[in-house]
Amino acid sequence: MTNRIDNAFKKGKKILSIYFSAGHPNLNDTITIIKNLQDSGVDMIEIGLPFSDPLADGPTIQKSSSMALKNGMTTEKLFNQLDGIRKEIDIPLIIMGYLNPIMQFGIEKFCKQCMSIGIDGLIIPDLPVEVFNETYKSIFSNHGLYNMFLITPQTPTSRIKLIDDVSNGFIYMVSSSSVTGEKNTINTVQTSYFKRIKSMNLKNPTIVGFGISNFETFNKAVSYSNGAIIGSAFINFLNNKGVNKINEFIKKIR
Amino acid sequence: MNYNVDEKGYYGDFGGAYVPEMLYANLTELKENYLRITKEESFKKELNGLLASYVGRPTPLYFAERLSKKYNTKIYLKREDLCHTGAHKVNNTIGQILLAKRLGKTRIIAETGAGQHGVATATVCALMGIKCVIYMGELDIKRQAPNVARMKMLGAKVSPASSGSKTLKDATNEAIRDWINNPLDTHYIIGSVVGPHPYPDMVARFQSVISEEIKKQLNEIEGREYPDHLIACVGGGSNAAGLYYHYLNDSRVKIIAVEAAGKGINSGKSAATSALGKEGIIHGSKTLLMQTKDGQITEPYSISAGLDYPGVGPMHAHLFRSKRAEFISITDQDAMDWGLTLSQMEGIIPAIETAHAFAVLDIKSFNPDDIIIFNCSGRGDKDLDTFINYFQL
Repeated sequence: MTNRIDNAFKKGKKILSIYFSAGHPNLNDTITIIKNLQDSGVDMIEIGLPFSDPLADGPTIQKSSSMALKNGMTTEKLFNQLDGIRKEIDIPLIIMGYLNPIMQFGIEKFCKQCMSIGIDGLIIPDLPVEVFNETYKSIFSNHGLYNMFLITPQTPTSRIKLIDDVSNGFIYMVSSSSVTGEKNTINTVQTSYFKRIKSMNLKNPTIVGFGISNFETFNKAVSYSNGAIIGSAFINFLNNKGVNKINEFIKKIR
Repeated sequence: MNYNVDEKGYYGDFGGAYVPEMLYANLTELKENYLRITKEESFKKELNGLLASYVGRPTPLYFAERLSKKYNTKIYLKREDLCHTGAHKVNNTIGQILLAKRLGKTRIIAETGAGQHGVATATVCALMGIKCVIYMGELDIKRQAPNVARMKMLGAKVSPASSGSKTLKDATNEAIRDWINNPLDTHYIIGSVVGPHPYPDMVARFQSVISEEIKKQLNEIEGREYPDHLIACVGGGSNAAGLYYHYLNDSRVKIIAVEAAGKGINSGKSAATSALGKEGIIHGSKTLLMQTKDGQITEPYSISAGLDYPGVGPMHAHLFRSKRAEFISITDQDAMDWGLTLSQMEGIIPAIETAHAFAVLDIKSFNPDDIIIFNCSGRGDKDLDTFINYFQL
């Protein structure tokens, strides 16, 4: 079976991917959020597994993660919530989480659960490529899971090539030197970085994330890439409007 | 067995650099340069010059006569409490700021818990005229007002960490996030032997001046370079790393690491990581850390703010697992009592962190001929409020 992530890119349109923290705003919102996102026409979803110490995240996701934990979210509860999700959801689902909770759950057991649910891939920002290659690669592929890595404006060309070799699915282009969070514009430094990456003709498609928040930033980002990810701006929307008006947010992006 | 870091940045099972890609370039720059730069003659000359004229090194190796008589053994104190700023922390900050200058960095950030490392960082930034931002948990800012004032006097900006539990671990998270946001002009001075490679090794090397001096001093006093026992308190573990460093691979020397039991290991209010921690990832390092069964990092407790870190440096995790070091935990009460004992028997008021180490004398017995060296890592001025409240002085 081909991976749903590949299929999504094959359609040729620019991917809109949405990140949310599982367990936020309420513990049991996970399924409602995923369904509403699919119904609104989103192409891919990143389900955030909350962590107490999210190093790469700005204030919005720090807060949604800690609220999710306060609400009682755990790895096991998330898997229970997601059980049976594939009866209704056919867009790619990715779990994004930090390494420690996954290690404690047990990497093999984690991947097995992901496979049985129908998760398509994992993004683990603090799992270095080198450690992945040595220890995790075969476990991931045995469970049909894609692994997506981040690149940043500082990532050297040789390392981008290494990451492109190891990755499947897509490459996650961090839009600037920053933690996650809303920004309203994309500047010329960023566009020249996007152009540089585009000209490398990587084997994997690229998706831009961090700082993508609205119609303008989304469209600018996807003009140099295959898609973009919105996280903090969507979480702020959930904070203000709840989980039932998701369509409003997505309609404004495209 | 080798107890130093290996070429991949690991101590046995522990260490490494589990960081988001955004930090890769910065860490690579450090990793590729720290050994080369610190071996340069001009670097060594400048560092040694400052350690002597500014920090006040070498610090004395003091024979504690009354204590030795009482416990019928030979007890020495390495007087790191006599360093400028009142603790060993400055050995590392001086080294790192000289390194940062050579890397062309123009802005320094650091995390601090009780404020000692923050003060030591603000001090060297003032010395070099470099911009300095110190991250400190909101709760700690309230608890440690005098050190906050010191940092401000020294010209540093104290930035409150208001996320998570608002203490040291969150201040460290904030400092790391700052570094992600400012990768080009900024150097992050970590205060302990924690964090991603090469930090644990780099900080241990800068602190290793402690055991380097001991070898020479002990030889002059006792006619041999090595003691029988080394004892130090461990939070993240920087003073201990410095004390052990040149003896790590010398099997004649027994190593004792003292953690804070807080109100007791099973009380739910403790910082004894070796007893309560499990292998995991904290601040970019694989090590032992206190966490829930779901892998969420928990908040430790100790009366001494310098020991309540939920993890421990990877070197120490390795010393623990390989049984090279014996780990002992000491309660708040025993540590506080030893604050008084050391003051009244030797005329030295220790930091509460440091006082934990001495309590080992009531737990273990030593031979009359044994040479024991304690790292007297810091002085107690900063803890006067805590002592006053505790003993109703």
